[in-house]
Amino acid sequence: MEMRKEFGYAFFLLFFAVCMSRAGSDLVISKLDRRIDLTSHVVRVLSTLKVENAGKSVVSELLLAFPYIQAKNLANLKALHNEGKGKGSAINLPVVETHPGGMPEGLTFYSVSLHEGLEKGKSLTINVLAIFTYSLEPFPEEISQADGQLVVYQDSAYYLSPYVVKSQSLNVLLPAGRVESYTKHPNGKHVDSEIKYGPYEKLPPFSYSPIVLHFENNNPFVVAQELVREIEVSHWGSIYVTEHYNLVHKGAANKGGFSRLDYQSRSYMGGRSSLKQLVARLPPRAHSIYYRDDIGNISTSHLWGDSRKTQLEIEPRFPLFGGWRTSFTIGYGLPLQDFLFVAEGKRFLNITFGCPFDEVVIDDLVVKVVLPEGSNEISVSVPIQTKQWNEIKYSHLDIVGRPVAVLEKNNVVPEHNIYFQVHYNFNNLSLLREPLMLISGFLFLFIACIAYMHTDMSISKSSASYIAKLQWDEVQATVQQVQNIIKRCLSAHEKLETSLQDLSRTGDVQSCKATRKVADGLLKELSKELKPLMVFLQSSPQAAQIWPKVEELVAKEKEMLEKLTQKHAAVVECFEKKCSGRETENRVAPYQQKLAALKREIDDLLEYIDEI
Amino acid sequence: MGAKAGSIPAVVPPAPAPTSASSLPSLSTLKLKTKQQELLIRVSILALVYVLAFAIRLFSVLRYESMIHEFDPYFNYRTTLFLTQKGFYEFWNWFDYESWYPLGRIVGGTLYPGLMVTAAFIYWTLRFLRFAVHIREVCVLTAPFFASNTTIVAYFFGKEIWDAGAGLVAAALIAICPGYISRSVAGSYDNEGVAIFALLLTFYLFVKAVKTGSLAWSLASAFGYFYMVSAWGGYVFIINLVPLYVLVLLVTGRYSMRLYIAYCCMYVLGMLLAMQIRFVGFQHVQSGEHMAAMGVFFLLQVFYFLDWVKFTLNNPKLFHSFLRITLTCTVSVGALALGVGMATGYISPWTGRFYSLLDPTYAKDHIPIIASVSEHQPTAWSSFMFDFHILLLLFPAGLYFCFKRLSDATIFIVMYGLTSMYFAGVMVRLILVAAPALCLISSIAVSATLKNLTMLIRAKDNVPQLGSGKGIAGSKASAKASSSDQPLPYQRNVAIALLLGALYLLSRYAIHCTWVTSEAYSSPSIVLAARGAHGGRVIFDDYREAYFWLRKNTPQDAKIMSWWDYGYQITAMGNRTVIVDNNTWNNTHIATVGRAMSSYEHEAYDIIRSLDVDYVLVVFGGVTGYSSDDINKFLWMVRIGGGVFPVIKEPDYLVNGEYRVDKGAAPKMLNCLISGITFAKGVDYFRHPTDYDRKENWMMLYFFGKLHLQPGR
Repeated sequence: MEMRKEFGYAFFLLFFAVCMSRAGSDLVISKLDRRIDLTSHVVRVLSTLKVENAGKSVVSELLLAFPYIQAKNLANLKALHNEGKGKGSAINLPVVETHPGGMPEGLTFYSVSLHEGLEKGKSLTINVLAIFTYSLEPFPEEISQADGQLVVYQDSAYYLSPYVVKSQSLNVLLPAGRVESYTKHPNGKHVDSEIKYGPYEKLPPFSYSPIVLHFENNNPFVVAQELVREIEVSHWGSIYVTEHYNLVHKGAANKGGFSRLDYQSRSYMGGRSSLKQLVARLPPRAHSIYYRDDIGNISTSHLWGDSRKTQLEIEPRFPLFGGWRTSFTIGYGLPLQDFLFVAEGKRFLNITFGCPFDEVVIDDLVVKVVLPEGSNEISVSVPIQTKQWNEIKYSHLDIVGRPVAVLEKNNVVPEHNIYFQVHYNFNNLSLLREPLMLISGFLFLFIACIAYMHTDMSISKSSASYIAKLQWDEVQATVQQVQNIIKRCLSAHEKLETSLQDLSRTGDVQSCKATRKVADGLLKELSKELKPLMVFLQSSPQAAQIWPKVEELVAKEKEMLEKLTQKHAAVVECFEKKCSGRETENRVAPYQQKLAALKREIDDLLEYIDEI
Repeated sequence: MGAKAGSIPAVVPPAPAPTSASSLPSLSTLKLKTKQQELLIRVSILALVYVLAFAIRLFSVLRYESMIHEFDPYFNYRTTLFLTQKGFYEFWNWFDYESWYPLGRIVGGTLYPGLMVTAAFIYWTLRFLRFAVHIREVCVLTAPFFASNTTIVAYFFGKEIWDAGAGLVAAALIAICPGYISRSVAGSYDNEGVAIFALLLTFYLFVKAVKTGSLAWSLASAFGYFYMVSAWGGYVFIINLVPLYVLVLLVTGRYSMRLYIAYCCMYVLGMLLAMQIRFVGFQHVQSGEHMAAMGVFFLLQVFYFLDWVKFTLNNPKLFHSFLRITLTCTVSVGALALGVGMATGYISPWTGRFYSLLDPTYAKDHIPIIASVSEHQPTAWSSFMFDFHILLLLFPAGLYFCFKRLSDATIFIVMYGLTSMYFAGVMVRLILVAAPALCLISSIAVSATLKNLTMLIRAKDNVPQLGSGKGIAGSKASAKASSSDQPLPYQRNVAIALLLGALYLLSRYAIHCTWVTSEAYSSPSIVLAARGAHGGRVIFDDYREAYFWLRKNTPQDAKIMSWWDYGYQITAMGNRTVIVDNNTWNNTHIATVGRAMSSYEHEAYDIIRSLDVDYVLVVFGGVTGYSSDDINKFLWMVRIGGGVFPVIKEPDYLVNGEYRVDKGAAPKMLNCLISGITFAKGVDYFRHPTDYDRKENWMMLYFFGKLHLQPGR
């Protein structure tokens, strides 16, 4: 293995440099356990250090050393101090990068500040979790569809530390599958899917002994080269999250093409390291979930949900082999009350930072929090270091745009999926802005329509057709008036008829006569009103067509009135003379028939005029 | 009443009068607003029809998703995207390197920009109104929106040729006519979606212009024509139908000043406006297809001149001799001009497409590329029934009514109906053009029939009143009424039965249309759906899978060779350069691809290298039973390739005149490139170029057919 030799050489040089350097410190690591988890493509190293102060003064910082090759892939470094034994609450100790003098080249140092300081002779247990990305290298670099994916991992069998380590051991956890080779070492042994090194006693500072592990790891090495998360807050009740992924499989590249038939019908044959599906754990009560890309909806997804979580299982359009890329977008809505709270008069949004997928490394994560239009005094508090700036976004019905708080972070691992807060001020009245805008928009539209209908837009006011149209309008209005008058006449007739009915029922001649008088007066007035209209119609040339009908209508009405008066008089007379029913009937009958015929004719005429 | 009359004598005489009087005024107060009521009903029906036309076209979005359908719409979508991103002038001057490699395509000069500009305009308007919509949604919904607008135009057109009732029926019929829906569902972002609206609008405005003789209307129709020219190549139909119509009016002696004004204004302005479209250019004065319009234009001038001479001469004898001289002169001058134009090549002869319209067998013999497209096939009678349903029965009835009440407008609709029906018979896709005509003519039939029937029924309603009113009088009127009473009950029942029958037919039409739309015309044809064994819906999304793979996992400048059907989709969805695409402007280039596909592999390899191809895409549906794959289209590749390169001979691929793809296939068939990819290489789906073979640095895409399950919602 050529590669292993190369690295061995590099480490030898490093070791040489290390031995040359000064190792002066009061701290001694009395016991150290290291566990390296290689089951996924993210490498997690958990070291438990028991630190002792062997010097004279109080020590307030602890140095952690990583070779440069590892440090550049370091995604997250956490130091935890367990107070009390076992089940104490863990305290997160601040970690910063330092450059202490006199240290060997090629190492990167981090300083853990011990919050109370370590007094002389005392000891302290600290857990250090270091997470590395891109530390597993596929070897061979290209595999065919049927092959498993072999990877190489390099580290030191000894813990690299500027301090003396009295006793230490190393456990390497491997995924199930074969182990191609591992560096044989004194006290090293391979048990099941675990490789153990140690214990080693009394090692000087900067002890280093390279180990190389070559084993099968069929996890898809899913890396999101770019992930843009847009969290849009709507005070109407939802938070909409949109996530744009640009995925690439960074494992061993596919060689010799892809056979769908083998992949689908003989699944045991291959594609073991391909990305078949991803599972997103979304918050409970997530709704309006979609999964699509630039060219449309992707139909291969499943969704489950219960009261504690929503689980979205998505498959990319094609299985992702090593070196292949894809991109897609998922989006979902969340209930507002689960994530937005009010504190000290300010609103704050409390939501997760990272992506909802398991074991996805993100090279470049951009989180945009889009707040509603009209929000101000925006401040973001994130427990990790990020770049921050503000933007403006224009969405539906925006005038000044929505303020956007943008956070950017590189090299993100699932451990970064923590809650962060955005505080801002927002007036509830601003909620009504957009509905009011819509309402007023429609209002103006209708007003404009009304105004248009009532304005005269014709250019030439003297053209024949324009004048004719005006005249025709006038004629129509007049005819309408005539119709109205006729109808009022008819209703007066009706009153007379009812008075007759009343007469037959009550025998009150006086009231019947009174009604008659009133009706007569009304009818006279109406006929007076009618006169000028008729004169106008007769004179107007536009009304030539309609005039005969109107004239006939008026004539019929007059005739009807005449008959009705006669009938009225006859009935009243009969009543006064106390004639018998039959006689009255005989006298009234001819009028009755005439009246019915006239009535019908008038109705027909009215209908006819209506249609013109 | 008789008992009452006996007990209280005084009551009886006035009794009938008040009841009738009291019931009639209440009726008349209702009648007061009949006009407004009618207007209200009409407007609300139109509004409902407007919404219905839009809503029924959303089946495709419901059944699948909001996506662009089929082949050509992908090109339109891509150009619209370009237009909205880069602006109009960039779009107008766009030289597209991604298609027709290595030739490229001058996009601005080879497309009808109406559709793209319309969609971009809608998009910009919405953006201006602060609606942050995506251009894809605008493109998807453009066709339904214009279909809705078409219903409004159909209403006014129907009102113009018959009456408002016919207009309403026409609007309702066209809103759900399957022949029209097939080309205007949501996502079918093609020229036709806008063009049918423009076509009908132009016709309506022209008929209105002829009816009124108003310059304003003919100007409007010229602009309608301009919009049509900018939207679709089918404008040739207008520019030939309108002169034909004018000619028919001249022959039938219906020449009038109104016609003269309408046609001259529309033709001259329309022609000038149409020349502004680069793709059309000077065709209006140079192409044989447009000469009929020009001829009729000159004929109208001669007609007008003769009319004037007749008026001034006022001497029939003199006029007749003058007429003879002028006619011979004009005819000979016209023939001479046409002959010279044809001979010198100034006037181009008719194109193949035009010929194939007039003669359905032409394409089969001369232009295989036109014949190879399924939508250019002659129409089967069943698809007439499928697309028109009862309209097919109502059409002759409508023609009868049109002839019964002949006017300039009805002559137009009759001619439109008859010519478009002929063209619909020649080519399947032209059913679309016939759809509005059929709807309008059928609407006349429906409206006139319903009106007659309801009049019969209402007349019967009046009769009892008449009878009771006049019964006592016992005059001649009552005798008349009773004599006409006799056949009335029978007539009324029949009328009611007929009315119910008509309503039943119309409701069947509505049911049929909904069914056809949801089942047959809403498929995007990129995504296929089928019923699984357990009745669940299975989605086949392999096309997009392949295109997206190309987009993400091939070099940016990769060239992809496929049969031309997939060209637009590869450029739009795969974002890669293609050799040939659906704009089949260069037959030789397509034939080269056809030749490559049908040559022996080593020969094909040389052709492919010379075309600088990196990947070859072949669609194979053998595993899932998808029938429209490349093996199925293969004979057309052979025919088109053989049309240009005689090396390729169709009989080489046949066994005893039969096309076989199994073991007994012809030897050349078994060894040509396409079957090499499909069968010999077995089941390779994606092959990476560098890894496939050092010597053969190209890839084969192989369509296999993976099952996609729909997400559980």
